[in-house]
Amino acid sequence: MRVLPERSCWVFPLTVVLIVLASCRPPESDRGWECIAPANPGGGWDLTCRTAGRALTDLGLAPGMVRVTNIPGAGGGIAFAHAVSQRAGDGNVVVAASPATVLRLAQGQFAHLTAEDVTWLGAVATDWGVVAVQPDAPWEDLEELLNQWRSDPAAIVVSGGSAVGGQDHMKVLLLADAAGIEPQAVRYVPFDGGGEAMTALLGGFVNVFSGDVTQADGQVQAGNLRVLAVLAPERVEGALSSVPTARELGYPVHWVTWRGFYLPPGVDEGSYRRWLEVLDELAHSPEWEEARLQARLSPFYMAGEEFQEFVHRQVSEFRRISRDLGLIP
Amino acid sequence: MDAFGFLLEGFAVALRPFNMACAFGGVLVGTVVGMLPGIGPINAIAILLPVIFVSGVPPESALILLAGIYYGSQYGNSISTILLNVPGTTSSVVTAIDGYALTRKGEAGSALAMAAIASFVGGTLAIFGLVLFAPALAGWAIRFGPAEYFALMAFAFAALAGLSGAGLAKGLVATGVGLLLASVGLDPNSAVPRFTFGELRLFDGLDFVVVTIGLFAVSEVLLLLEEEGRETRTGVAVRKVMVSLQELLDSAWSLLRGSLVGFFVGVLPGAGGTIGSFVAYALEKKISDDRGTFGKGDLRGVAVPEAASNSAATAAMIPLLTLGVPGSATTAVLLGALLGLNVTPGPLLIQDNPEVFWGLAASMYLGNAFLLLLNLPLVRVFVRVLSLPRWFLIPGVAGMSFVAVYAVNSSVFDLALMVGFGVLGYLLRKVRVPLAPVILGLVLGPLMEKNLRRALALSDGDWGVLVSSPLSAGIWVLTGASLLVPAGLALHRRLRRM
Repeated sequence: MRVLPERSCWVFPLTVVLIVLASCRPPESDRGWECIAPANPGGGWDLTCRTAGRALTDLGLAPGMVRVTNIPGAGGGIAFAHAVSQRAGDGNVVVAASPATVLRLAQGQFAHLTAEDVTWLGAVATDWGVVAVQPDAPWEDLEELLNQWRSDPAAIVVSGGSAVGGQDHMKVLLLADAAGIEPQAVRYVPFDGGGEAMTALLGGFVNVFSGDVTQADGQVQAGNLRVLAVLAPERVEGALSSVPTARELGYPVHWVTWRGFYLPPGVDEGSYRRWLEVLDELAHSPEWEEARLQARLSPFYMAGEEFQEFVHRQVSEFRRISRDLGLIP
Repeated sequence: MDAFGFLLEGFAVALRPFNMACAFGGVLVGTVVGMLPGIGPINAIAILLPVIFVSGVPPESALILLAGIYYGSQYGNSISTILLNVPGTTSSVVTAIDGYALTRKGEAGSALAMAAIASFVGGTLAIFGLVLFAPALAGWAIRFGPAEYFALMAFAFAALAGLSGAGLAKGLVATGVGLLLASVGLDPNSAVPRFTFGELRLFDGLDFVVVTIGLFAVSEVLLLLEEEGRETRTGVAVRKVMVSLQELLDSAWSLLRGSLVGFFVGVLPGAGGTIGSFVAYALEKKISDDRGTFGKGDLRGVAVPEAASNSAATAAMIPLLTLGVPGSATTAVLLGALLGLNVTPGPLLIQDNPEVFWGLAASMYLGNAFLLLLNLPLVRVFVRVLSLPRWFLIPGVAGMSFVAVYAVNSSVFDLALMVGFGVLGYLLRKVRVPLAPVILGLVLGPLMEKNLRRALALSDGDWGVLVSSPLSAGIWVLTGASLLVPAGLALHRRLRRM
């Protein structure tokens, strides 16, 4: 029984060809800017590239659309290696980054590459760390939690979305350190991302959740979570504006999960200056303000020399803590 | 107003012409995207997201579109799996076992039709589950901790020991290979590199798609090349493009069981979507494989995993919508989409944005119907792939494999890996070692390791935690039963014969 004409057997291969064409990337060209997201579509770095890219286009700062390229792998390591070895001197490309990048560089997780290998451009927004517990947890405030933690460190189990030695682990170690709790005594259980770490807290498998404001925001509104302290120098906007900072409570600890960019090595001075101007205009534009609010991020702008120094300071600080903990030799 | 009152309102939302168009467009795009493994729903959704944000589509319409892509791709992938033995998702690895066997028997049409029907049944039943039990189930799912997950993985391995009927020893060899491959990359808890040889590109471990396409598709190409000049396998006549009523009735219980198992496993965040079809297939094989036809081209072997994976895909929306916790990689992207549309998933979603929740539920129902209507007539088009001349088909499959793998990470390194796994797959098939358990080991191994280590970290090293909760103890009993009962039955039979 032949219902469809013979020609229809081409539908399938044709579809395949169309998809192939659709998924092809345009060839490299001198025109047009590119933002490399060192992760799969949908993650934080991808969002940084896509929102910043769109704002740059809307503001007319970029020549045409800003192309987003996803180079996932090794927690940003593949993109870092790509930028260093294959994009050196390319003044039309930026790579999205965050303290996760810096932390891995500090711990030597990108093989032989270091933070000195690229030019750190700037950060345009940030998330802040939080320490949260279940709504009906026995601790009224951070002080009560820390008191019990000091007296019986083994009773407190923390969940976080990064591996041992990762961001969520580090921020809770810094807090413990400031509170006089032996960092080695902190029990930290890693999960796959903030979502799973949060579920572990909601399910009662751990006592404390270590994460970021953006992860906690919605759950706090839903009444699932009580944030004891925000690890920021000042109070944040939004659902967590009533939560004190750790600094207010006497523990000057903050964890800035900045969202920013680096440039490949060997970019000429002119391109670098141009990127700085563009970043400055972007960071102070209402378009970016709106995008930032939509992503629930806090304002944070730092660029140029200051940012370079900031990143290098972070590297040495992370290296010191990791060494103290025996995570790296 | 009760749930069904809300659902009716949801239908009012979903039946708006624009939303119907969104649902239809979503499943259409999803089907096409799903046919080419590697691109997958995650990329399709992520690419569409900025467009949706800019275009100012109302959140419910956007969600309807994205969800349509999500489950459309689930079905789409079964097409390349059944016809070409190129599975692109973990669930379709199970479909490949019987689906491709059916294709080689000349029953590709029936297999595709059954896959469409099973997707519809699984998806539809799961939507009823979603509507009726979403809040209650979400509460249940978060009680599922690392120890319970570990027990569930152990159960999956035990139940699947004889997955493809090639004998226990070969099944174990294959699982072992899979577990070995799974250990490549950064150790999931402490980020220590294992078997990476200092190669950054191995830090994330071996990508599922790379390994699967290498093992299945590339080895298939090699086998086809070898057979060149001998009988032509691709020339098999496709007798029919529908399932008969009798076949449907025979599979009815399998469909129901598959949907049910897929649903309950799918609700579990983190692992559910991945292993729903594995567990369902294994259970079904134990229950109804009385003539030993599973693995050799049994329509029920297609019906069960397809029903289960669609049901699990829908169930994975439950933790996302009610807790704001994504149950799979794709729902994680959907979460980002929701936040971007100013909809906060969580317990308040149903109160604050009822039109989003109920509109989505109703549109998923319509989307499943669209999927069936769209795909049943297209089956006769799809099966024509098999009548393509070999000079076209072999390079076609090879080309598709390369594109699919390149689409994952845009990495030439992955292509080399894929070819390597193709050779490995070819050798394994030559010595008749089944391939599905390799994938099973690769997928479940890391989950099992992570959860074991988490459970022990939570208990401070006390192994008792693994059996301490009633839930995990219950799963262990099931695990023991699934190992002992078949052995006991065999012994019983042998004693009777003596």
